[in-house]
Amino acid sequence: MNAFLAIVRRDLKLAFRRGGDAANVVVFFILTVTLFPFGIGPEAAILARVAPGVIWVVALLAAMLSLDRLFRDDHDDGSLEVLVLSPLPLEVVVMAKCLAHWLTTGLLLVMAAPLLAVVMAMDGEGFATLLAAMVLGTPVLSLIGAIGAALTVGLRRGGVLISLLVLPLFIPVLIFGVGAVDAAVYGLTAKPHLLMLGGLLVLSLPLAPWAAAAALRLSLE
Amino acid sequence: MSSAFHRFANPARFMRYSAVILPWSLWITAALIAVGLYLALFVAPADYQQGDSVRIMFVHVPAAWMALFVYTNMAVASAVALIWRHPLAHIAAHGSAPIGACFTLIALVTGSLWGKPMWGTWWVWDARLTSVLVLFFLYLGYIALADAFDDGAKGAKAAAILALVGFVNVPIIKFSVEWWNTLHQPASVIKMGGPSIHASMLVPLVIMALGFTTFFVAVLILRMRAAIVGAKLRTLQIALIERGA
Amino acid sequence: MNEFFAMGGYAAYVWPALAVTAMVMAGIYIQSHRALHAREVELDALQQARAEAEPEESHGAET
Repeated sequence: MNAFLAIVRRDLKLAFRRGGDAANVVVFFILTVTLFPFGIGPEAAILARVAPGVIWVVALLAAMLSLDRLFRDDHDDGSLEVLVLSPLPLEVVVMAKCLAHWLTTGLLLVMAAPLLAVVMAMDGEGFATLLAAMVLGTPVLSLIGAIGAALTVGLRRGGVLISLLVLPLFIPVLIFGVGAVDAAVYGLTAKPHLLMLGGLLVLSLPLAPWAAAAALRLSLE
Repeated sequence: MSSAFHRFANPARFMRYSAVILPWSLWITAALIAVGLYLALFVAPADYQQGDSVRIMFVHVPAAWMALFVYTNMAVASAVALIWRHPLAHIAAHGSAPIGACFTLIALVTGSLWGKPMWGTWWVWDARLTSVLVLFFLYLGYIALADAFDDGAKGAKAAAILALVGFVNVPIIKFSVEWWNTLHQPASVIKMGGPSIHASMLVPLVIMALGFTTFFVAVLILRMRAAIVGAKLRTLQIALIERGA
Repeated sequence: MNEFFAMGGYAAYVWPALAVTAMVMAGIYIQSHRALHAREVELDALQQARAEAEPEESHGAET
């Protein structure tokens, strides 16, 4: 447990030192969602109708933009090899890094979401569900994203490739995430959608680190 | 089981067997597709709702089936490659990908052409077409990843992991797309499969699917042979360079 | 016969669909065949070159 937390703390410290990266992700999120009223027009009814979808899609993109640095910095300065040799199983190390990644991206997106719900004229009924859905969904993005980051860590221009690999895998999270908020806005129960999101989280918690660890070992061969 | 594997693990053996199988698979493909097309165009009846446009089904549905079948093959080959390190398995997986991508492309285009007279738009977000679209992206991602590595062996292994991750996700994606589709119920009730499939339609459908399968086998053999010859080529080129130096 | 080509009015959809199918399948087949052929030719050429180099080497190589 100590070793696990040590890795989380280390990654958080590095993220704070590089401060700009996490801030970029949130600013991208806010800025891009804010573009939509300019593109679609300020009519509240239309904005409200697309709000859940827009917020979720942009959250996906924001999460994806931050994935490249998940393993790349460690790979570049050699600390990846040290991590592989740590007493912790590599899968657990990956989990720790995913947690740190979520704390510096997903969590920030969740905190920015209410602001953006207001910008997109979203119906008040949906706010709480949006937060719940994002709390369940954004960790899944970090976990699945870790697989993409691990597969491309050795490549020179891996960043662009990550999007192609990871976006199709994000689609279920998107569908259930938006479904939950839409259900709440229309006065229906969001529970089945939130349960599906929870299911995806439970599924990806063991499986994603396993695949990512296999990919990391591959890159170090 | 492992002895059967090792019997076929030898590339030279594969080259000998495939040289025999290839012409057969090509002829059988031609025969099956000829028969299938004849039945599809001349024997199968027009649909009472969709008219003759339903004939597109006889290429669209088999292509969609093949898209999924080939991806399954890729996943199995990838698993074999990673677990048993069977040398031909990587080659089989990598060679299958472009063929599968082609079938997905066919499924998407023919699906669009089938949907246009029915729904009036060039694209319909029905569950099957959408799933095939996502499958198309999975294929593209696999091909892009495998080709991004300078070290072919690493690229093959990374792509193998991706194929397995994708394969696990395919049922999840299919399920979520169908869920999503029922939430946003399309206006028309006409399903792309037609109201019911009876023998006069099922037989040409199956024959076309079989023909597409033997086609896949033939083209896969070509691609695997090309990969093996390519490996021999590289070995020889390296040897000659070292000799010359 | 004309009725057949008209496909009940859906000709504009049915025939392009079949054409696209045929072209894509022919395309991947031809590309695969060409790739194999090109490599076989190159391999033959290299093996020839090596065979020609070998007799010369065995002349001066025994030291």
